[in-house]
Amino acid sequence: MARLSRDNLALAQEILARYPRPKSALIPLLHLAQEQDGWLTEDAMEHLAELVGVTPAEVLGTASFYEMFKRRPVGTYVINVCTDIACSLVGGDELLEHAEETLGVRDGGTTADGMFTLQGVQCIAACTEAPCLQANYRYAHRVSHDEFDQLVDDLRAGRKDAEIPRHGVLARVRQTIPAERAAGAIVPEGQSEPAWLAAAESDAS
Amino acid sequence: MSDTPPVDDATPAPDATPRELPRVVTSRWGLDDSHTLERYEATGGYQALRSVLDKAPQAVVDEVKAASLLGRGGAGFPAGVKWGFCPPGVWPRYLVVNGDESEPGTYKDRILMERDPHQLIEGVLIACYAVGCAQAFLYVRGEMALAQERIAAALNEAYAAGYVGKNILGSDFSVDVVLHWGAGAYIVGEETALIESLEGNRGMPRLKPPYFPAAQGLYLKPTIVNNVETLSNLPWILTNGADAFSALGAESSRGTRLFAVSGHVAEPGVFEVEFGTTTYRDLIYEHAGGIRDGNELKCFIPGGASAPWFFEEHLDLPLETGAVGKAGSMMGSGAIVVMDHTTDAVKACWKVVKFFAHESCGKCTPCREGTDWLEKILERILHGHGRPEDLDLLLDVCDNISPGLAWPPRQTTICPLGPSAVSPVNSAIVRFRDEFEAYIARAEPPAVATVGGPVPVDIRVGASS
Amino acid sequence: MSDTPPQTETVTFTLNGKAVEAEKGELVIKAAERAGVYIPHFCYHPRMKPVGMCRMCIVDIDSGRGPALQPSCMIEVAPDMVVNTESEGTKKAQDGVLEFLLLNHPLDCPVCDKGGECPLQDQTIAYGPGESRFVEEKRHHAKPIAISQNVYLDRERCILCDRCTRFAKEVAGDPLIHFTERGSSTEIATFPDDPFSSYFSGNTVQICPVGALTARPYRFKARPWDLVENESTCTSCSVGCRVSVQTSRDRVLRYQGVDVDPVNWSWLCDKGRFDFEAVHGDERLGAPLLRRDGALADASWNEALGAAAGHLRTALETGGRGSIAVIGGARLTNESAYAWAKLAKGVLGTDHVDAQLGDGLPAAAVLGLPRATVDDVCAPGGTVLLVAPDLKEELPVLYLRLRHAVVSDGARVVELSPTATGITPHAAVSLRHRPGETAAVVRALLAGGEAPAGVDPDAVAAARDLLAGDDLTVVLGRSSLAESAAGPVAAAAAVLEARPGARFLSALRRANVHGALDLGLAPGVLPGRVALDDGRDWFTSHWGSVPAAAGLDTAGILAAAADGRIETLVLLGADPLADFPDADLARRGLEGARSVISVDLYRNASNEHADVVLAAAGYAEVDGTTTNLEGRVSRVSQRVNPPGTARADWIIAAELAFRLGEDLGVESVADLWAEIEQVAPAFAGLTADRLASAAATDGFVVPLPAEAAPEAEPDEAAEGDGDAGEPGVTQPTAEAVSEPADAPATEIVAGADEDAAADDVEDAAADEPGPDRPALLSFAAGAPGEAPAATDAYSLRLVVNRRLYDRGTLVAHSPSLADLAPPAVVHLTPKDHDRIGVGVAGVTEVRIRSARGDVIVPAVADKGLAPGTAALAFRQPGADAATLLDAAAPVTDVRIESVEGGGS
Ligand SMILES: Cc1cc2nc3c(=O)[nH]c(=O)nc-3n(C[C@H](O)[C@H](O)[C@H](O)COP(=O)(O)O)c2cc1C
Ligand code: SF4
Ligand code: FES
Repeated sequence: MARLSRDNLALAQEILARYPRPKSALIPLLHLAQEQDGWLTEDAMEHLAELVGVTPAEVLGTASFYEMFKRRPVGTYVINVCTDIACSLVGGDELLEHAEETLGVRDGGTTADGMFTLQGVQCIAACTEAPCLQANYRYAHRVSHDEFDQLVDDLRAGRKDAEIPRHGVLARVRQTIPAERAAGAIVPEGQSEPAWLAAAESDAS
Repeated sequence: MSDTPPVDDATPAPDATPRELPRVVTSRWGLDDSHTLERYEATGGYQALRSVLDKAPQAVVDEVKAASLLGRGGAGFPAGVKWGFCPPGVWPRYLVVNGDESEPGTYKDRILMERDPHQLIEGVLIACYAVGCAQAFLYVRGEMALAQERIAAALNEAYAAGYVGKNILGSDFSVDVVLHWGAGAYIVGEETALIESLEGNRGMPRLKPPYFPAAQGLYLKPTIVNNVETLSNLPWILTNGADAFSALGAESSRGTRLFAVSGHVAEPGVFEVEFGTTTYRDLIYEHAGGIRDGNELKCFIPGGASAPWFFEEHLDLPLETGAVGKAGSMMGSGAIVVMDHTTDAVKACWKVVKFFAHESCGKCTPCREGTDWLEKILERILHGHGRPEDLDLLLDVCDNISPGLAWPPRQTTICPLGPSAVSPVNSAIVRFRDEFEAYIARAEPPAVATVGGPVPVDIRVGASS
Repeated sequence: MSDTPPQTETVTFTLNGKAVEAEKGELVIKAAERAGVYIPHFCYHPRMKPVGMCRMCIVDIDSGRGPALQPSCMIEVAPDMVVNTESEGTKKAQDGVLEFLLLNHPLDCPVCDKGGECPLQDQTIAYGPGESRFVEEKRHHAKPIAISQNVYLDRERCILCDRCTRFAKEVAGDPLIHFTERGSSTEIATFPDDPFSSYFSGNTVQICPVGALTARPYRFKARPWDLVENESTCTSCSVGCRVSVQTSRDRVLRYQGVDVDPVNWSWLCDKGRFDFEAVHGDERLGAPLLRRDGALADASWNEALGAAAGHLRTALETGGRGSIAVIGGARLTNESAYAWAKLAKGVLGTDHVDAQLGDGLPAAAVLGLPRATVDDVCAPGGTVLLVAPDLKEELPVLYLRLRHAVVSDGARVVELSPTATGITPHAAVSLRHRPGETAAVVRALLAGGEAPAGVDPDAVAAARDLLAGDDLTVVLGRSSLAESAAGPVAAAAAVLEARPGARFLSALRRANVHGALDLGLAPGVLPGRVALDDGRDWFTSHWGSVPAAAGLDTAGILAAAADGRIETLVLLGADPLADFPDADLARRGLEGARSVISVDLYRNASNEHADVVLAAAGYAEVDGTTTNLEGRVSRVSQRVNPPGTARADWIIAAELAFRLGEDLGVESVADLWAEIEQVAPAFAGLTADRLASAAATDGFVVPLPAEAAPEAEPDEAAEGDGDAGEPGVTQPTAEAVSEPADAPATEIVAGADEDAAADDVEDAAADEPGPDRPALLSFAAGAPGEAPAATDAYSLRLVVNRRLYDRGTLVAHSPSLADLAPPAVVHLTPKDHDRIGVGVAGVTEVRIRSARGDVIVPAVADKGLAPGTAALAFRQPGADAATLLDAAAPVTDVRIESVEGGGS
């Protein structure tokens, strides 16, 4: 599968409708495609290009700027170990080394069984809980080496399935704007002063 | 706590030691269900919005101006003043919430979004009402899955309850708040890059002038970009009044501020403290429990990785924009990274430079090539291949990115990211030149290198105790 | 016509201590350059939006808050601004940027195409450090990679200035190359398997400030310092882009666009840029050919010209003046066109002369309609009505200009076309109609009539609103070769009736077709935009005689020839078998002519029928002028010698005249121009001096405005400009190609002084009464033609359009372009596509059957088509639409069925 499925296409249309210009939906839609396939396929990028009305090269240009988009298959779990300044002061680098040993892959590598991709990453905004990591963007704080091994075991055994979805799935709760409550996307062209401001001004005068 | 590390667990409650200091933005952090509408409403939530709808938008702007609420995203620009920069008569206006928190050491917006999403949403609505923004986008850093879930859930609740969307609370105020999320690029935190990203593009900053967001932002329309923490202050200000807010803090910095203290401290945490009356010493030694293991302070980063380093002699500076700026650094994003005497300054410097080199968007030649070069030189020194001339070279490369190595930095680049990489190099070489020279002389690296292994402390995010 | 430029406000600022005036809104870098201060830069390009990326142009700018280093390419001058481009800080920063750019640059200048004309190299030599402080390893990339058939990318050399990518998106509208990755890993890339197949890709090579992008047809061919260049005008289509023709050792190696405001803004299309290869095509004719024993064989000029003159003489003797016809001439320079017009109409006395091949508009319309310039059509905020073919395919740089006008300058386009075109995405309203309904739709838009059924009423209403103003500019041409020219001509008449002030730009595509028409190579007209009858006296006084009555156009000529009424048919760079949109008539015409003389660069289908083929000199091999679609006259330059003994068309005309015992009275291109300026009214005042002046880069739109073209003419002009006064001085080309046995060219020349034509010129100027200079032709609408009969329920109305790359001579003989011509496919509306059953059970091809013939082609569904139509491109590999067409029919209806035979 590579183009968006029927369900995802419907979701994509819903997301698109929230934005004043379709290209603004590109990053959310790239996430959707990655959620579907676990990584970003060329077919998906071509499909998104059609959906937002740009060329595939433009989609690639955007997608390749952002680290979360994987243009090759990655493991079911992407483990991001923070090795940035705050974490490295208290063992981030060592945690990454340990993770390399445990998983038997180098930074950037994917285990042979396709379960894990390991990456040393920049600050993930949990600096006071260093050293920390994310497994498919779910945090683990103040991780000891033993805790890391346990996490890997748990993930392999499926014991974390409820908390950590497979790679590509970000928020499991989606925003839905009920049609009757929607104020609507505001296109940049030809708008006038919002009603509440105009009303306040005429009150004042 | 199970024997595996907590995952997806919003950080637990801080110490609940009471103090007179009002908790402006952290009041609900201790509550397990702080992110729900039910709890939010039960603790006064959305009352500020209701009261605001009875006021003229301009009155709200005036209130925020009077409160002198400074932006919490890094630049510290007064929010009310920024709102006033939208050119009159140009419509529509947009609001973009900067929830892209990625500056190394910075950790506050994520908790605000995970723990109190409704407070943020209420702040967004107040800002939209006051400024006349017809649509708002809440841009959350891509890697923050839980924050996205909590905000999505909160927005869904708020829509259903009539707080967001069409004719809010039966008024003629209508605005959609759209949750948007990034995909991993620090530079997108810069406001014009954020806008590019929100337009579906590569997150490359635009040149200011002419692209000041308030004048030409999203789709080249007037756009207010505010930080998550900035907006989270609004419900309190509108509830308690500008006077109550500006009674807190110091002349040039009103109110309270979240600081994340990380690194070699005994009790790292995020603390809400009062500007001005609090000092770095208070934060590091009182709130964060002092340097771990009774070690000595070597230096600290006072405001996010971009900030020039501070040392022992700066500990008693008050947390106040003017004072910190005069001393040659900034409070920036409220991130304090403490390094004790065991720290390898060369390696620490390299870590920070490596971050900026990795995160350069690639637009400006000095930043793209310069940060990369700095990183390579430092790496070479660390690996024992330094040359005596490398220190002058490092400083000259820095000078070509940020002429004069001055503070505030001058820049040959579009945005301050390139110059940000200059701060650690300059700080480290000026203060710890001997360590660089030791590497270059192929002497043993300084006594103890970075300490390995996790620090076995409980996860703890402290609001001010 | 463009009026005086609008008054611009000026701003005074301080530049390096001196007060300098700049236009309001002008960028510092530009204002400085105009004031003589060059600020180094890489990403800034005056024809694109600034991005401020490279940071090379940073200078100290003080806007009131103290000097700060700012990119001068992004900052507009403001009153009281103080700019310092020489400060210590500026120099240090610029040196720093240069060093940064060189860190990873490979410094392979000796083997880089750009070496010698590289801004990076130049600036390094001017300001750069002596040696690199960079001891780390440079970035490495596989090199080079082809990003399109003709453009190669060497990523190591790229300095990420965003010029090519900006061009692709902003100018060409083909964002197929893009930045990818981030930071120091950033590179330029296409999407995998989706090459940068833009018609404009070559411009990126020209604007790349380093050697990162190179053009395959030029790679490793020359070093810039070996190149000699001349400014000239592109003749690949009628837009007339200014080019620099660059040669080395008698070979054309490269064209580069020249930046002129009124026309091409420095851009070229890839066809114009890369078809230089056809100049030196392997199959160029280097000597005349003569039919011997049934086959064409090399001959001497003496034999060939003798034979050609013999055919003409025989024709005159047996069939009279009306039995000679000339088809073609759009390839010629203005001067050659004039010489041929004079030969045909003045000497041979035939008016059966037509430079168009049934694919254009009647000369009376082209010459007589009130004219608009490209600038008029692309005026900021203006509204344009397009009744024209796909500009992107046929007049590519006009498309670029119009696209820019819409995207950046708020112009609005109302398009009338049976198919979607390149401009459709930019059109404010794009109306789909069927061939045959063009005028009716125009009437519906402008005069409130009812639109034909099937035309979207909402679009009609929207278009009406847009077109409500008095001012209207129209681009007029044939959107389908399967609709006769009567359609667009009636549309023009309808426009004029409703909007008498409307002006027109004619969208004929063939090279110098406008020059050929201007100089009389069309039936019923004489040189200088004069109707035959109006100019009779004037031209008789100059030429001695003119034809008695208006002659036939190409369709008429071919029909007459097919009927055996044409003794000698001259093909002047024309290949009717390939180009005339009625293959059957073309074939019958060529077979029916008693003798055929071809003057051409190449052998082609039609001149296989010739009795004599005279080898002509082509582009870059002759000097002279051409006229673009606006009527803009600009110079073309000789840079190389023609192959073998091929010679200029005007010399061939002069020699033929001589062999017929007449004398054209011209011995050089300068003579010809002088005569044109004197006798052809539209060119009055455009003297050789003017043409040689500094203003000539922009060319001159004729007729010149009244003050520039005084009615009282300077009578020395004719003599003064040429070297006519010195008998025996020959035009070098003529001498070079004269074979010893020939009637020497010099003889013609020698005769010139005493003879009629030159004297006539002087007479006309000096003698008192003489006939008056005739008035210029103006368009008179004929009676509106009959609306074509409705198609029956099973037929589709055929649209025949054109693609940029086809089997035309230039493309076919340019190896870099030849295989870009897409194979013929018929476009069907999705409804017809399904109805006919394409795609079902393996059916991919359909048979198209018209009253004339049938072809089998693959079919695709196309949402952009008008209902009830089917579109097939002309002259593409695989199938020939011309076999379906009947030149006499106003429209062509076809039946289409799937080849399996199941269809409708
Ligand atoms: C390189 C760079 C990174 C930034 N990152 C962030 C960020 O992650 N979050 C944030 O709120 N502001 C960030 N900023 C500051 C924003 O540009 C902007 O000033 C801020 O969002 C405005 O909001 P405020 O006025 O409410 O602080 C960054 C600025 C720069 C130059
Ligand atoms: S300074 Fe760096 S990050 Fe900022 S715009 Fe320039 S290249 Fe991008
Ligand atoms: S020319 Fe101004 S930044 Fe490149």
